[in-house]
Formats: sequence, C-alpha cells, structure tokens
Amino acid sequence: MANIAPQLYALLVFMVIGSIVAIETRNLLSAVISVSAVGFALSVAFLFLGAPDIAITQLVVEVLVLIILIRGTILLDNTAVDTHRDTLAVVTSLIFFGLILGFGAMIFGSRGFPEFGQPVMRVSRVYVQTGLPATYAANIVTSVILDFRAYDTLGEATVLFTSILGALALLRREGKVSGEEVVAA
Amino acid sequence: MTVYFLCVVLLTMGLYCLVAKKNIVKKVLGIVIMDYAVNLYLIIIGYKTGGIAPVVEPKMLENGRLLESTLERFVDPLPQALVLTSIVIGLGVMSLMVAMCIRLYEKHGTFDMSVISKLRG
Amino acid sequence: MKGMTLIVKTITDFVAGFIVIFGAYIVLYGHLTPGGGFAGGVIVACAFILLMLAHGSDVAFSKLPEKVAHVLDSAGALAFLGIGWFGMTAGFFFMNTFGRGEFFRLFSSGMILPINIAIAFKVGSSLFLVFSALAIFRRRSFRAMIEDELA
Repeated sequence: MANIAPQLYALLVFMVIGSIVAIETRNLLSAVISVSAVGFALSVAFLFLGAPDIAITQLVVEVLVLIILIRGTILLDNTAVDTHRDTLAVVTSLIFFGLILGFGAMIFGSRGFPEFGQPVMRVSRVYVQTGLPATYAANIVTSVILDFRAYDTLGEATVLFTSILGALALLRREGKVSGEEVVAA
Repeated sequence: MTVYFLCVVLLTMGLYCLVAKKNIVKKVLGIVIMDYAVNLYLIIIGYKTGGIAPVVEPKMLENGRLLESTLERFVDPLPQALVLTSIVIGLGVMSLMVAMCIRLYEKHGTFDMSVISKLRG
Repeated sequence: MKGMTLIVKTITDFVAGFIVIFGAYIVLYGHLTPGGGFAGGVIVACAFILLMLAHGSDVAFSKLPEKVAHVLDSAGALAFLGIGWFGMTAGFFFMNTFGRGEFFRLFSSGMILPINIAIAFKVGSSLFLVFSALAIFRRRSFRAMIEDELA
C-alpha cells in the first residue's frame, strides 16, 4: 500500500482550519457546524489509518453530537460576543504548547518514542496471534474489548450509565407531572 | 513527526477555546475538539506503514492457522480498543455538559460566563 | 413537540424501519465485521430520534414509551454484569464459558454476541432518553418564553 502521509497531512490541516473557524466565529450555529466538519474529517482520517470500527463509531457519534448541540442550545441564544481579549488565557495556552513541545523533543531526541509507522506491539502481538484461535471471533478489536479485556468495557458501560443518569437528573421536569391527581384536602 | 506536531496544535487550540472564550457553549466545543485530538493521537501511534485493518478474512487462513505474512501486516488493535471506549464516553460527558448549559441558561438568562460567575451577596 | 412538514414525515415513514434493521445488523455481526454493540446501539437510537424529530414526541413515545426505555436501559446493564458473574462459575470473572462454534459463523465466539446485544439495548435507550429530555420544546420555561413573545 502506498504511503498515506500526504492524505493524512491534508486532513489534519483541514481539521486545524476548521477548529480555527469554530473558535473565532460569533455565530454559535456556525461554530457547531464547523466542529462537526472537524469530526467528519476525523472519521475519514480513521479510515485511512486502518481503523474501520472506530470510523463507524466516530461517524454516528458525531451525528448525535451535532443533533444534541443544535437542539439543546442554539434555540436559546445564538450569539457569542467577546468584549475584550483575555491575555492570561493566551499566555497560558502558549506556555502549555511550549511545555508539550519541549517534552516531546526531549523524548524524541532520546529515541524513547516509536517512529510514525512502526508501533512497538509488545502486548498486541499476543492478541493478534491468539485472537482467532482463542475466541473464534474474526474481528480482533471486538475480541480484545469483549473477551480479553471485558472488565474495561464494563467500566465504560458504567461511566456511560452514570453520565446519562446525571443528565436525566439535571433535566427533571419542574412541578407536577401531568396526570397525577391532586388529593382533595 | 509532523503528524504528531499537528495533533498537538489541535489539542492546544481546543485548550485555548476552553480557557479564553466567555460563552459556555464555546467552552463545550473546546472540550469536544480536545477529545478529537487525543483520539486521533492514540490511533496514529498504533499505525503500521502499509498495514491493513485487524479483521481476519477466510482467505487468510491456512488449514486453521493464520498465515504469518498477514500477521505481520495487521495494524495494532490495542489503541483501537481504547479509542472505542473513549469516543462513547466523550458522547456521554458532552450530553451532561449540555444539560448543565441548559440549566444555567434557565437560572441566569444568558450563556455569558462573566455574568454568571459574579457572586451575589 | 410539534413535527415537521409533510415531506419529512413521508420520508421518515419509509426510512426509519431500515435504519433499525441496519443497526441490528451491525450489532449482531459485530464479531465478524467492524461494528459492534456501541455503534449499532447509537444507530438504533438515531432511528427513534428521527421519529421524534419528524412526527413529534407523542408518536415517538407511543412506539417506545419512557418507562419501557428506562427498563431496557437497566436490563442491558444488568445483563452485561450477569454474563460476567456467570463466567465466575467456571473460573474467573468474565471467563468465556459459552459454546465457541466454528469460525466465521453468526452464532460463534462465546459470550461476545450476548454482550453486544446487551450493550446495544443499553446505549440505544440511554441516548433516546437523553435526547427526549434535552429537547428544548418540552421544557416549561421555553414554552413560557415563546408565549411571552407571541402575546
């Protein structure tokens, strides 16, 4: 297969431009749609990187994020105006960026990090070799998350359950639910 | 190498949007962008040059055993398992944040953080 | 919540059933092709959300009432936990004790298929409930806001 680096660079540059548009625009609807464009480009990037499972999940989750953001917030108030520039925030972001680049250069320089395209695969070699004979599942990613590491998936289901429960508890309907009867005193 | 650098740029822009903007919905969008950057970084780490997706097809088997040549071409499946979990958790957390935005709007009448965060005596 | 125009309603009547079937296919064949419980569950939730957006919340709740969605949500999570405890009878937590079958068949690979179905029920009903709670038109304060503007 050919080198995928040019397509990956193009998609990443598109994502960076899309997020710049999402940050700076004043109309909230445009910001939400730009973030969704970034999400769709991310799904295409996952396809190029050999992860079709993740691409399907990212695509449908992206659609649901778009629907929830538009239906939940844009109808209330659509403008986002900033009065003055916050210098402390810009300085903080630049310091964070510099720190990450500094640590990254240190790790890259000492050869402790794998190159792009040559993963270490110390544990995954066992999973790939024994995935099909041990679990009889053709999709190796599914056999990893539901057979070898099913406990982690239980943790994820718990986190999802708790966050949805929290959202439902926050949005409880105020006052009496229609249909209840008032007991006469 | 440049691919990692662009991922870090995306992460920093999500952080800037979270910290510097006053509107609460823009802060939520910043967290969503940071989520995308981290997931992309994890999948890029697991990519093998010339690799194929880790799904076994019947023509790869040879009397019940996997051919060694195809075994060497599979992309790393372990980061994909982590990212699958992370994407769905990101959806759940984002719905909780949007619920908080709606309740804050009902209580204060605006999405502006500098108005909401004034303490009232 | 009111629905949308006649064109959207007609197309929804054609398409919503196919979306549910496609989501069920992605869930059931999760151990053979890419997909699995999470993606398939979100697709099934999208079908019901499409019903709610196009026809209004009354029609959507007549197809899947709120109490049934709460029960399905909890049942999916408990079924996932139950399969894990069932593996305890033969060794350790989440040990794969169901029948393995042969390669590349639908009913194979032990406990992966029941767990996919449980996760799909859980994720689908959770997301449908969250959307029906978040939809602004059902909040009393929003209705008061538009009535103030119209009056």
